[in-house]
Amino acid sequence: MATITVEGKEIEVDEEGYLVDLSAWFPAVASEMAKIDEVEMGDDHWDIINFLREYYEEYQIAPAVRVLTKAVAKKLGKEKGNSKYLYELFPYGPGKQACKFAGLPKPTGCV
Amino acid sequence: MSEAIKKFMFVNTKAPYGTVYALESLEVVLITAAFDQDVSLVFCDDGVFQISNNQNTEASGMKNFSNAYKALGDYDINKLYVEKESLEERGLTLDNIMDLTYEDDDWAEKPSIKLVTRAELADLMDDQDLVISS
Amino acid sequence: MAMLHTVNKSPFERNSLNSCLTKSKEGSSILLIEDAVVGALKGTIVADKLSAAIANKNVYVLGSDLNTRGFTEADILDGIKTVDYAGFVDLVAEHSNVQSWL
Repeated sequence: MATITVEGKEIEVDEEGYLVDLSAWFPAVASEMAKIDEVEMGDDHWDIINFLREYYEEYQIAPAVRVLTKAVAKKLGKEKGNSKYLYELFPYGPGKQACKFAGLPKPTGCV
Repeated sequence: MSEAIKKFMFVNTKAPYGTVYALESLEVVLITAAFDQDVSLVFCDDGVFQISNNQNTEASGMKNFSNAYKALGDYDINKLYVEKESLEERGLTLDNIMDLTYEDDDWAEKPSIKLVTRAELADLMDDQDLVISS
Repeated sequence: MAMLHTVNKSPFERNSLNSCLTKSKEGSSILLIEDAVVGALKGTIVADKLSAAIANKNVYVLGSDLNTRGFTEADILDGIKTVDYAGFVDLVAEHSNVQSWL
């Protein structure tokens, strides 16, 4: 099993880099994953990551990109709720990459 | 490439938790919806228990996946048919069923649940491109 | 000493509750667990059969499995007792034998 090291803790991830134990997440885990993926984390990234974690808390699923886009538009405004903006933040896909940073499973429907 | 949209109907007939059918079906439903298909769901026989109100897994320690049905509206799945006779046989009414909704284009909340009879269901199934039962 | 019967399948889908009811003796105990707990609800098509059983057998339902499916003690037939996991263990210990109807 692969691991990443965050603040001295060994954290298990699967072969695609997603957390094995979702409860092992803390903010520095996202920062470390972003560093591995060469993504510079800013407030806009954290807005999406926090949003995803709240969504998962409520519905117990990681939303598909289309659903994420629509929900972000409603919560954070249309200028952020579009796939161009989200792909700029998370170049490997707002579904796959942002969910990974947020400690969620890979979204259902992502192939 | 032409985008072929098909009418998919998922017929849920099994109670949740005792077997994995309900959870697996929900996964397939979400995947199908992500591909922009016309998806409807049926809850009949013991499938009506999948969307019963107030599911509380605290004591059993199982994963409560009933909240995921509340996300169906976000996936544009808003045709959820509940069979009237199945409720009656189990001593249930719509009051025992979760109040599942979706938002229309103006973000107005609308009910997704429709109570249908066995005969109406037969007609609805007849109208589909694919019917997938579990 | 009497027998404890456990049933874990929905009576609306399988015949195991019915088999258990017809093959269990007076004074024995029946515990509904997992998907079988919905058989304990009021107003169902199996309520009459179960009510008849309550007259001369002890009928129990596992509360945690009932809660998991969205129901509580208020929703089940009068005369059916709710037990927790510890109560389940006690029932097993108190009876001479356990028969699982699958």
